[in-house]
Amino acid sequence: MTETVIHPALALILGALVLPFLRGMPRSVAIVGLPLVALALLWQVPDGPVWQAHFLDYTVTPLQGDRLSRLFATIFALMAAVGGLFALGQNSRLEVPAAFVYAGAAIGVTLAGDLFTVFAFWELMTVGSTLVLWSHGRDTAYRAARRYLMIHLLGGVVLFAGITGHVAQTGSVTFTHMAPDSVAHWLILIGFLVNAGAPPLSAWLPDAYPEASWSGTVFLSAFTTKTAVYVLIRGFPGTELLIWVGLFMAFYGIVYALLENDMRRILAYSIVNQVGFMIAGVGIGTEMALNGAAAHAFTHIIYKALLLMSAGSVLLMTGRRKCSELGGLFHSMPLTMVCGTIGALAISSFPLTSGFVSKSMVSQAAADGHLLAVWLLLAAASAGVFLHAGIKFPWFVFFQKDSGLRPAEPPASMRWAMVVYAFLCIALGVWPEPLYALLPHAVKYEPYTWAHVLAQLQLLLFSGLAFFVMLPYLKRTLTITLDTDWLWRRLLPAAATRSEAWFGAARQALSAGAGHVGNGLVGMVIRQAGQDARLARTWPTRSMALWVLVVLLGYLLLYYA
Amino acid sequence: MDEKPHWLDEPRNVRRLWRGFLVVLVLTVLAQWLVPLPPHFEIESVFGFNAWFGFAVCAAMIVFAKVLALVLKRPDTYYGKRDD
Repeated sequence: MTETVIHPALALILGALVLPFLRGMPRSVAIVGLPLVALALLWQVPDGPVWQAHFLDYTVTPLQGDRLSRLFATIFALMAAVGGLFALGQNSRLEVPAAFVYAGAAIGVTLAGDLFTVFAFWELMTVGSTLVLWSHGRDTAYRAARRYLMIHLLGGVVLFAGITGHVAQTGSVTFTHMAPDSVAHWLILIGFLVNAGAPPLSAWLPDAYPEASWSGTVFLSAFTTKTAVYVLIRGFPGTELLIWVGLFMAFYGIVYALLENDMRRILAYSIVNQVGFMIAGVGIGTEMALNGAAAHAFTHIIYKALLLMSAGSVLLMTGRRKCSELGGLFHSMPLTMVCGTIGALAISSFPLTSGFVSKSMVSQAAADGHLLAVWLLLAAASAGVFLHAGIKFPWFVFFQKDSGLRPAEPPASMRWAMVVYAFLCIALGVWPEPLYALLPHAVKYEPYTWAHVLAQLQLLLFSGLAFFVMLPYLKRTLTITLDTDWLWRRLLPAAATRSEAWFGAARQALSAGAGHVGNGLVGMVIRQAGQDARLARTWPTRSMALWVLVVLLGYLLLYYA
Repeated sequence: MDEKPHWLDEPRNVRRLWRGFLVVLVLTVLAQWLVPLPPHFEIESVFGFNAWFGFAVCAAMIVFAKVLALVLKRPDTYYGKRDD
């Protein structure tokens, strides 16, 4: 055990607990500085187990480093710093500290060498994220937080059951490669997939995230689903089922986002879509695919946060969130528009943006593995990303009709956060080598070939043509699209109300019936054994003698029978 | 408040953008003669594969979404009023 290494996650979490007591400049410095301190500490963590201890007869490893852990923990710490910068003007005293506990817990998961530690940080993430959502203070956020908490506690219970089974079977708590070959491993896989936003519970994500504050959603978008991608890369690489789960998520996100009117729900659906690409990569499971999944998680956190920052700026400055009420904002928010558009191009994997150098690795892995159907579906989903997020989001928010709104640009801290991330989206796209150097496996991939650039441009630009040609069909309406959350927002409560009424009626009927039968019984007893009833009367001697004779005869008969 | 119209507010300029976009579309397809796309799969060797595939699947997804909406679309007050 190396004493000198400080756990970056604990540093961030403990620092977050001090934040609520700071005001003014010290608070601002702490908000941006704390995650950077965690980042510096992270890069001191060497490869292999660093902290080890004995707990319940097992060796737990709360701190362990390797390339994959470092990649995810790096982007989580960076996200906390830039997200903190964006949220500097947030009035809620709870949100940023909660977000830092959440980010710290996510870092804790990536640096955990055993399943107990994974679980402990996993649950702490749920607490942190629920508080981020809750801190918005509105009734809708509170109710969304309750639903969010319910789903994540359910996922946590399933995960814990799986971990217990795994430990009982193998006698080891080490977090290592598993396969879905036992009930315990299936439970662990399901627990991981719940947080990834996989079907059938994916609806928790677009239900909850858009209800947070203008800055809260930025934090929420980054950690939970990407931690799930991380644990899947480490725990279940090459599990074929994940390819199909991932592809389903990619298309689910597109179709639902196409029908959505709330700008941040569009982006929430597109998180599911993007995580789908990563999970498909985990399912393919080759070095190229896992590199692609990890790199895509890295770039995705940046451009998705950028998109949600631009949406958050619009929300803060206009107070509106529906596409049908927005439009024409490029007039007065050019910087927000440019940054949002850069995020939109990056999510669509346009050449010279970060998405191009990461997502293509997953497609390339499918091609290398001769998986024609998977490759075609990934290409189709890539075109669909441009459709539902790449054009739809900037078009409906910043262009389309002129809504007449002329909001100012957001405050400087928010503008800077957007500029930093917009710069990173372009920088990683133009110069991917630093990112490639961080990936878990050696990279043998060149994204910028003329053929690849041309093929991608054809795919995306013709997807754009489809958008504008079919624009009348995409006109926004004041509607939502039912999802599986209908089950726990409508069906189950209705069933509970119905069954309550039914049980109430049954109980009433039963007690009425019981009363009837009871009254009858009591009446009979009174009739038979009451004061003047037959059994209470004095019997004549001859009848007593007769009955004694009958009893004795019966006894004799039974005795000799 | 009077403000100077943005160049994008002029329908003439929007029409120009449209024309430019169409020209770029055609160019990306024609560029295939200059930059041969080595196919991973046989279907990719069909001319302009990425172009028509991208257009067709997007159109298909929009149609699919509209059909799904016939069944699953509800007013946005369905779960009670949202505060916004």
